[in-house]
Amino acid sequence: MNVHEYQGKQVLKQYGVTVPNGGVAFSPDEAVEVAKGLQGDLYVVKAQIHAGGRGKAGGVKLAKSLDEVRTYASELLGKVLVTHQTGPEGKEVKRLLIEEGCPIEKEYYIGVVIDRSTNRVVMMGSEEGGTEIEEVAAKNPEKIIKEVIDPAVGMMPFQAMRLAHKINIPKDKRREAVKFMLGLYQAFVDKDCSLAEINPLVTTTDGRVMALDAKLNFDANALYRHPEILEMRDLDEEDPKEIEASKYDLSYVALDGNIGCMVNGAGLAMATMDIIKHYNGEPANFLDVGGGATTEKVTEAFKIILSDPKVEGIFVNIFGGIMKCDVIANGVVEAAKQVGLDRPLVVRLEGTNVELGKQILNESGLEIIAADSMADGAKKIVELVK
Amino acid sequence: MTVSIFVDKNTKVITQGITGATGLFHTKQALEYGTKVVGGVNPNKGGTEIEGIPVFHTVEEAVEATGANASVIYVPPAFAADAIMEAIDAELDLVVCITEGIPVLDMVKVKRYLEGKKTRLIGPNCPGIITPGECKIGIMPGYIHKPGPVGIVSRSGTLTYEAVHQLTTRGIGQSTAVGIGGDPVLGTNFIDCLKAFNEDPETKAVVMIGEIGGTAEEEAAEWIKQNMTKPVVGFIGGQTAPPGKRMGHAGAVISGGKGTAAEKIATLKRCGIRVAPTPAVIGETLVELLEEKGILNEFIS
Repeated sequence: MNVHEYQGKQVLKQYGVTVPNGGVAFSPDEAVEVAKGLQGDLYVVKAQIHAGGRGKAGGVKLAKSLDEVRTYASELLGKVLVTHQTGPEGKEVKRLLIEEGCPIEKEYYIGVVIDRSTNRVVMMGSEEGGTEIEEVAAKNPEKIIKEVIDPAVGMMPFQAMRLAHKINIPKDKRREAVKFMLGLYQAFVDKDCSLAEINPLVTTTDGRVMALDAKLNFDANALYRHPEILEMRDLDEEDPKEIEASKYDLSYVALDGNIGCMVNGAGLAMATMDIIKHYNGEPANFLDVGGGATTEKVTEAFKIILSDPKVEGIFVNIFGGIMKCDVIANGVVEAAKQVGLDRPLVVRLEGTNVELGKQILNESGLEIIAADSMADGAKKIVELVK
Repeated sequence: MTVSIFVDKNTKVITQGITGATGLFHTKQALEYGTKVVGGVNPNKGGTEIEGIPVFHTVEEAVEATGANASVIYVPPAFAADAIMEAIDAELDLVVCITEGIPVLDMVKVKRYLEGKKTRLIGPNCPGIITPGECKIGIMPGYIHKPGPVGIVSRSGTLTYEAVHQLTTRGIGQSTAVGIGGDPVLGTNFIDCLKAFNEDPETKAVVMIGEIGGTAEEEAAEWIKQNMTKPVVGFIGGQTAPPGKRMGHAGAVISGGKGTAAEKIATLKRCGIRVAPTPAVIGETLVELLEEKGILNEFIS
């Protein structure tokens, strides 16, 4: 689960990680109110959307007075920001973070990930702050320094000191940097993060080491033990169909094509999208109904697919192992009856109770095109939506 | 003489989480298939019996009483990491964790706990492992399998069934099929399975099914190039997956431009692995490869 920058900073602050003073604002009035409570006469107005690249897209403004804070806030709120991470449709700005400006000395990068090769938490640092870490990795991989952390003891101070030393944080600020990194690691493991990126981490001319930006992702599987994090979920940032699917514990991802897919199993669901593309079609979604789906769950899945106006045809691809074909067939029939089947439907059933499943579909009176195999089904649906 | 990897007809299995609906259902299925299920574990129901299977309070107690050397875990995600560690502590040879949705940092701890221990962990978030005709541990439909010479290793469940089905309908059986799971942190990886298949005299070819996310397929491909003496067919799912989105599996995500299907397919090909262009032709691709080598007859029964 993603959260906004200001929410990530709130979490980090609890762990002694220094962040600029500031607060969230939902209106220009609120923005001015927040700014009034800050020190100094330089303010940063930052658009809060779940995507990187906000600076380049004009979503971060430097204001020199309260009037300018109001002007920039009015300008940004309601604006659609298009960054390299939002897709061409962009994202509407509904929240702002108003912060104190600070005297930046130098920018660095600090990231924390769960490394899949070592199966450990890894903290990465680089003195190339402010640029995307992928870019640094491609051009100057030697400039990315890694510390692999043993989960039995956690991050040790010497590791933080070594990382600070290797990325050339000035000697007089290393103690602060160590405190920063240890706090960041503790926040990462305590709150079950899957990613934490501080880009940039800055040193300031007045001796501070702080997170100018913060991107935190949380492990969806661990949210049950972090209700305070779950409260930070911003539904405005998610696809409505994906929200609906998550209510029924369905795994759904919206895509751009016109062929709706309903599949059991994540691997087969991905492979179904691939085979549609192979036959020159475009999948409208990824949808895994799971291994233990009920008729009700299948019905809801089917409704979500049909609610997408882009969908011109549907391909149901089921390999029934645990998921019995008759359950799927009943769900499809039930959903089609409830919402009305107004688009072509191709169904491929294989596996447990396949004959019973086929019989249910045949006797339903619905116009369902049967497919013998995955390839046959994909070809048929692509042909039908042409 | 083994005709399989990791499990065979002598494997004695206990079920952790036997009293839950899923655990009980699949335990019954495993028994029907012929798996030697010798016990179950539930901390509150030790001393009872369920479907004729004795239930114990702890894994340790179950092992002492039954001589079990393997366990399968169906306990809910919040308690699964603890259950795995209990099984490792009881020195089982094999632990198969089916549970989906375990927090990944819990698995980081489990991996650390595994170091220096004798246990092999398969999963989590996997369908399990089957040696057709001998032992089925997990949730795969037993009847689609057939004993034979092809080893299968995969990150996906249903896609494995798809591949197995394609082989079985062509008269080609399987030595062992291992679902290693769809999570980012896994007990057993591709290379562990490939090594075992390479050493198993009865496995004569291997099908490896990967997907987007991480670099496990690339590492496996390099290992195959250096070490594998048997033909390998590969498939990578998720060629059409958008970056930054989790495709069902917690581990199936392209992040920072890394872990794309295109990259993986290119590496597999460079390492001499025949890659099936679509999931519908995994079986066909293996048949073609075996025909070219003039050994197809050895595979069909």
